[in-house]
Amino acid sequence: MAEHPERDEITGRYTTGHEWDGISELNTPLPKWWVWVFYISIGWSVLYTIAYPSWPVMSGFFGGATGWHARASLEDSLAEAREARSEWVTQIAARDVPAILEDNTLRSYAMRGGEVLFKENCAPCHQTGGAGAYGYPTLADDEWIWGGTPEAIVTTIQHGIRNDTDPDARSSEMYAFGEWELLTEEEIDQVAQYVYDLSHGEMNAGPGQDIFVAQCAACHSPDAQSPGGEGNKDLGGPPLNNRIFLYGGTKKDIAAQVYKPQLGVMPSWSGRLSDEDIKQLAVYVHSLGGGQ
Amino acid sequence: MSLIKHHKLIETNVFLLVLGIFVTVIIGGLVEIVPLFSIKSTIENVQGVRPYTPLEVAGRDIYVREGCYNCHSQMVRPFRDEIERYGHYSLAAESKFDHPFQWGSKRTGPDLARVGGKYSNEWHVRHLINPRAVVPESIMPGYPHLAQRPLAYDTIDANMRTLDLVDRFETYSQVDGAIENAVADLEAQATPDADTSALVARYSDFAFGPDRAEDQVTNMALGDLDGNPDVITEMDALVAYLQVLGTMVDFTAVDQTRKAEWIR
Ligand code: HEC
Ligand code: HEC
Ligand code: HEC
Repeated sequence: MAEHPERDEITGRYTTGHEWDGISELNTPLPKWWVWVFYISIGWSVLYTIAYPSWPVMSGFFGGATGWHARASLEDSLAEAREARSEWVTQIAARDVPAILEDNTLRSYAMRGGEVLFKENCAPCHQTGGAGAYGYPTLADDEWIWGGTPEAIVTTIQHGIRNDTDPDARSSEMYAFGEWELLTEEEIDQVAQYVYDLSHGEMNAGPGQDIFVAQCAACHSPDAQSPGGEGNKDLGGPPLNNRIFLYGGTKKDIAAQVYKPQLGVMPSWSGRLSDEDIKQLAVYVHSLGGGQ
Repeated sequence: MSLIKHHKLIETNVFLLVLGIFVTVIIGGLVEIVPLFSIKSTIENVQGVRPYTPLEVAGRDIYVREGCYNCHSQMVRPFRDEIERYGHYSLAAESKFDHPFQWGSKRTGPDLARVGGKYSNEWHVRHLINPRAVVPESIMPGYPHLAQRPLAYDTIDANMRTLDLVDRFETYSQVDGAIENAVADLEAQATPDADTSALVARYSDFAFGPDRAEDQVTNMALGDLDGNPDVITEMDALVAYLQVLGTMVDFTAVDQTRKAEWIR
């Protein structure tokens, strides 16, 4: 290593004075402004640790001179948001869903809120706009399994369906007619044919209908005149007289459902969403097209 | 600069060089280690948090193995918009049994800290096999192999013993019979209509104390979770894990005075 910095002949700049085997290092100092920003940042960070929660001390940590706390500042911003919304939220809290539906301004407020909540919480199953998917009912039509009145919708959202977290969840179970050997393969074939025809608008008397009346009508229609037609909202048996199916509408799908049924599960929302949120969702779902 | 002038001295003297490195490492070490001395004071005192059941531990291992943390965080930060979307902000207490914790720093997908109970088991299975089947615009990869692979769980008790060791014997050693019955507990949790009373009682006692009221039971997903009752698959384990996330603390039961302690 050379002891003294010297001028490099080619570039005309000074070297750092370091030299290894004849190769020496040019001295290219950092710009002054950069060096100052660096020193100021160090000073700033020291002040910062004094102002805000930082250094560990034996039984905890130094809380900072300003007394700022992430969770306390959160409570403030939550309170601010509550305050900003309170005018609407108190009105929603004070009324039931039919009353909200009647008041145009309140209803449009609830629709907006409901739409946002629906996208985050419900669309992964019921799809955007309640369009429905295999196993998840369409909420935008007027066929209802558990009921399309505002009260029924609120109950469904609050408690969910067949989940094991909410004791008040709606529940009902269709028998596994094939697996439990309640019906023979031939009978399943006949009743599946009856349901298939029914879904295409033909109610055909015959062995299929007899089996249906004896085995299925109780859950699928309280009306003896139209076995399968009405659906049974108390027992969650869907109407079967149209081509809206959860689990497919071919004869094979229907026979599979009779052999060993699939049963839809929906989580309960009362622990996750506030009452006001659930009301807004109910307004939104009710207004999608099929509310009763 | 003076240091520039003198660094020749350090660079040419091995003793000084080693000393310099040593001092630097010590400073780094102190900054990382000293805060741990007071870590207990940063963990909130809440009821309900318990170690994962054997099936959940297995599921958590699959979560880590598959790299889900590359796209999903598990921490609801204390900001208004996060709370309105995901629910109550995460507490340190909620991940005190997580080794390593899954807070994450990358959110290609949503935060999962409160995903437990948000969907049905059947939804999770369909979503994990092919996310596009339920969320058409999803960019999450599918994990169909999980539903096919039987879960390897014969070493689950050793796994739990290690976690217990890491926690200085404050987890599974404190759950009565957890390690001895690990395999039986795992099978009970994933088998439809199995007798799960011992399993549930064990972990509920830890969560709420042995004097808990009878209806104070800890939440866990029970039964056949993946739609295939014949085998316990990796899917069963992963769904059990996802369904417990964020459900241990009942925030509606946390009173305001206790909450004020978190906000010093
Ligand atoms: C995990 C999937 C899932 C999520 C998430 C979900 N649902 Fe459902 N929902 C279902 C299933 C499955 C059914 C049908 C259950 C059945 O087959 O009886 C259903 C049924 C319903 C019904 C009754 C439909 C009828 O015909 O009577 C309503 C209303 C409803 N959901 C609204 C919602 C709302 C609002 C949300 C969001 C807060 C939501 N659901 C979130 C799965 C889900
Ligand atoms: C104990 C009540 C009960 C009985 C008896 C019953 N079902 Fe059902 N059935 C249900 C319920 C509840 C559902 C809805 C399952 C769901 O929503 O996930 C259903 C669904 C169905 C579906 C599927 C509907 C769809 O949208 O995909 C078909 C088809 C069906 N039942 C046919 C029958 C036939 C045929 C019989 C007689 C052999 C029968 N059911 C007897 C309760 C019953
Ligand atoms: C490439 C990034 C990526 C990886 C890796 C990934 N995910 Fe996702 N995940 C996403 C995205 C994006 C979404 C949102 C769209 C959707 O719901 O599919 C999502 C959604 C989810 C959801 C639904 C969350 C909610 O609240 O709606 C769950 C549960 C989930 N992922 C679990 C997992 C698990 C378990 C793994 C590992 C086996 C995993 N993810 C791996 C990107 C990823």
